[in-house]
Amino acid sequence: MSRIRKAATAVAASAAITLLASACTGQSSGSADDDAGKDVTITFWHGWSAPGELKAINDNVARFEKAHPNIHVKVQGNITDDKINQALRAGGSKAPDVVSSFTTDNVGQFCSSSTFADLAPFLQKSDIDPAATFPKPMLEYTQFEGKRCSLPLLGDAYGLYYNTKEFAAAGITAPPKTLSEFKADAVKLTKSSGDSYSQLGFMPDFHGYESTPMHVAAQWGVKYFDAAGKSQVAKDPGFAAMFTWQQDMVKALGGFAKLEKFRSGFGDEFGAKNPLHTGQVAMGIDGEWRAGMAKDAGMNDLAVAPFPVPDDQAATYGKGYLSGTIIGIANTSAKKNAAWELVKFMTTDTDAVVSFANAIHNVPSTLAALKSPKLDQDPSFKTFLDIAQNPNSTTTPPSVNGGAYQVTLQDFGYAYESGKAKDLTQGLKGVDTQVDKDIAQAK
Amino acid sequence: MSAAVHPLLRARRRKAALRNLAFLSPWIVGFSVFFAYPLLSTVYFSFMHYNGVNPPTWTGTKNWSYVFRDYPLFWPALRNTLWLVVVMVTLRVVFGLGVGLLITRIKTGAGLFRTAFYLPYLAPPVAATMAFVFLLNPGTGPVNHILGDIGIPTPGWFTDPHWSKPALTMLAVWGIGDLMVIFMAALLDVPKEQYEAAELDGAGSWVRFRYVTLPNISPIVMFAVVTGVIQTMQYYTQPLVAGKVASGIIGNSGQQFEPGYPDKSTLTLPQLVYERGFQRFDYGSACVIALVLFVLAMAFTALLMRRRNGFLSAED
Repeated sequence: MSRIRKAATAVAASAAITLLASACTGQSSGSADDDAGKDVTITFWHGWSAPGELKAINDNVARFEKAHPNIHVKVQGNITDDKINQALRAGGSKAPDVVSSFTTDNVGQFCSSSTFADLAPFLQKSDIDPAATFPKPMLEYTQFEGKRCSLPLLGDAYGLYYNTKEFAAAGITAPPKTLSEFKADAVKLTKSSGDSYSQLGFMPDFHGYESTPMHVAAQWGVKYFDAAGKSQVAKDPGFAAMFTWQQDMVKALGGFAKLEKFRSGFGDEFGAKNPLHTGQVAMGIDGEWRAGMAKDAGMNDLAVAPFPVPDDQAATYGKGYLSGTIIGIANTSAKKNAAWELVKFMTTDTDAVVSFANAIHNVPSTLAALKSPKLDQDPSFKTFLDIAQNPNSTTTPPSVNGGAYQVTLQDFGYAYESGKAKDLTQGLKGVDTQVDKDIAQAK
Repeated sequence: MSAAVHPLLRARRRKAALRNLAFLSPWIVGFSVFFAYPLLSTVYFSFMHYNGVNPPTWTGTKNWSYVFRDYPLFWPALRNTLWLVVVMVTLRVVFGLGVGLLITRIKTGAGLFRTAFYLPYLAPPVAATMAFVFLLNPGTGPVNHILGDIGIPTPGWFTDPHWSKPALTMLAVWGIGDLMVIFMAALLDVPKEQYEAAELDGAGSWVRFRYVTLPNISPIVMFAVVTGVIQTMQYYTQPLVAGKVASGIIGNSGQQFEPGYPDKSTLTLPQLVYERGFQRFDYGSACVIALVLFVLAMAFTALLMRRRNGFLSAED
């Protein structure tokens, strides 16, 4: 009996702890002394997985290899940030040299932990002035506390998608520019059917795919942290205004429970049955990629405009939330100079950036590419290019613990919209306290 | 005064000790590498600040106070884990035993039923969870359509914090094939004479079950409970998949997602170990949570062992 008991306890114990058994890993010095002129093979990890995107990235890499015949690139797609973080800690000969991430959320983590190499010496060596090369918001989200460990590799801008057919049927002639116009249109476009809807004007719930607190709050031009790096969502009046507006929209469109039930029947966000594709929802906030996805799904009635702004900020109409893909060099790489050649090509070569942007319908990430005549002139794409260049457009800042502060704010949003949290002021103060505690723990 | 040991005898004893040690060495190596070292490392790192890149630095009890006082996901995850241990393990054992009893008594078609009850256990956890989320979708799922048609209130299942854990329990009970098989083996092993003797004494079916069946299969019940507790302590895939699919936010690479949707009700401690250790790279607090899991698993096992005769057979 005792043997079996020991075995059972041993299993219990080891199951709980072996997950963390291999925590110690070695790191390279981060120096760059390889010869980029010699024949070398580098590994590039990225997150794209759709066939069209894979073709576009592979074409881009082929252009690079043609321009640099001595540098061969081994490409690995469909990589998540978790895998990047784990591989860069593990190191070894199979670890990537160049890595890209779809999100800007983890730049703070990449830079502060030094898993990504500092690119400042490489930029200096190549005589590239970042401020004269990249748009300002993109420069901000690719560095952390002055350390530039990544560069933008195309960007994302968020705007308003609206169904022209449903607009016409409701007698709406133009997309709304202010949030009060938006509310009136959303109500007009909503058709109830029993305890559900046959058509909804807008899905205001924070789980409504891209209608997250962070994406919507950009319309108020919010600032997440003060100069000392402390969370300030309770101090910035934009956050309270955003939550108040969202709750007002929820009430105006039928209430949280009814909306949530309707939402649970939505198709997959990145599939053909997205509610904007099916016409279940008449208006939605989304990124520039949605236009292409909608056309692929057979939806040709979607048009694009900047997302409306608060009435008291009507002059700033045209702004939106920005994000993007970032690219950097693994600090564990022993071929940093060769890796830099690829990063430099993909992020600063105007033709490469324009071709890639046209192919996957993302926003170009250099000032020169944004002005290029070769850029796709599709009207919906043009709208996003304008949002990306709008000086009032904002992004979520990098943080030492990645996007943890966004999760905290989002969690409060869920509690507030469902009625679980009732005091907005206290709730936002609670978010500040929690964010500061989490950052202190990460430092 | 003890007599001096003869050098020859001492040498023989040393040789015997070395031989025993040699036979034990595979176990000693395994125990040291896979149990003692990870356990000691976990304790060590729980007092360090370590992100897997920079060298660990001593932080005293900071990780412990962060997890217990400042980490908002810890207590909901602990409550959920304990809820699942108590409810899910109990129901799985009860249903596993019930189905085992039923099938051992069926005269015709036992093979068909055995297969039908065992097959769900073979379903991959991710696929099974996704299927359950779609079946129980409050808006479009067939289950709520049927319930609605016959006038029964339709729960939100995986979208309602009050129903998400019962829905996960339903999923776990659906896959009781493993328990059914071991209970069937145990039930078929109960000596028939004991049932005959009990019947001659006028014992009814409940009394026969209580005083004949249960004592005979109690070691297997204990085994099922202990392994069930350990498995539930490690419950990770199903709640994670259910939460993500039901929230609708499958997410891109690196995108932030809400842990434990809805309202943290599907959050379990192993999810936190992953989140702290391999997403936030705060190995210190991940180690604290891993140690909590370790202590809980040990405590549950010790409690169960003390409650019953453990793995002793009925005649012991």
